[in-house]
Amino acid sequence: MKSSVITFPGSNCDRDIDVALRKFGFKNKMVWHNDAEIPNSDLVVLPGGFSYGDYLRCGSMASKSKIMKSVINFANSGGMVIGICNGFQILVETGLVPGVLLRNKYLEFICKNVFVKINNKTNIFFKNIDKEVLEFHIAHNEGNYFCTEDQLKEIEDNEQVAINYCDKNGKTEEKFNPNGSLKNIAGVFNKGKNVLGMMPHPERMIDLSLSGEDGSLFFNNLINNLK
Amino acid sequence: MKISVIITLKKDVLDPQGKVIQQTLDGMGFNNINEVRQGKYFEIDTKENDNNKAKEKVEEMCKKLLANLVIENYKIIDAQ
Repeated sequence: MKSSVITFPGSNCDRDIDVALRKFGFKNKMVWHNDAEIPNSDLVVLPGGFSYGDYLRCGSMASKSKIMKSVINFANSGGMVIGICNGFQILVETGLVPGVLLRNKYLEFICKNVFVKINNKTNIFFKNIDKEVLEFHIAHNEGNYFCTEDQLKEIEDNEQVAINYCDKNGKTEEKFNPNGSLKNIAGVFNKGKNVLGMMPHPERMIDLSLSGEDGSLFFNNLINNLK
Repeated sequence: MKISVIITLKKDVLDPQGKVIQQTLDGMGFNNINEVRQGKYFEIDTKENDNNKAKEKVEEMCKKLLANLVIENYKIIDAQ
């Protein structure tokens, strides 16, 4: 399986996701934001970080960069794309996934482990995962998911909510919402469910010495689903 | 020709920064404020000399980049 990770000026989780993808068997290539075309890939990842210094709105500049035309075409023709953290912010700015990510409700940068509940497994990203709740890491200042009432109805009707913040038992109550996200939403799909945007970082949970292994479960499952 | 743009958050979007600014102002004694909403201001110096054409272009810029229409409104202020 071939993957591509896009590096924007200010990306800083690009090498982490490269390590994670390789560890679970992807042949990964790093792709510079100013390139015109992504190489032949089964998966494209937009990594976390602070692309373009978060100028204007997080992800807004990166969403207009040269490589993104190719990424958007890839996604629109059914290609699998994951945007993590800043990558999620870039995805919402391109319009590939619905909604926006606002400043965290309590104006703090949040850096901690969280639990997320898998909302549905009828998609290639979470199909066959034998857990309902995963422990991932978040590190962001603008992760407060918001969308209009019409968009919310649409994403709920289409089962586009991928994961919700919860406690270790899967309770998705407001007190387990770290950043004020609408309905505890931590990740959403596009309509075709081939594009996933999420604030949590699975690549930070691929080694017990890095505080957990639920990221291993995610990547292992993903490559098996793609085969 | 200089055209200005003001971007504001839509009415039903939470503005935690505006709220903190209001609370701080309140603490400073400015205590008859109903609400503070924070926004962005742009000055665009364009080579276009036709006022209407310039405004049209700036409107396109607002829709495509300067504002995120899910959460923000834009207001174009006349050329100076």
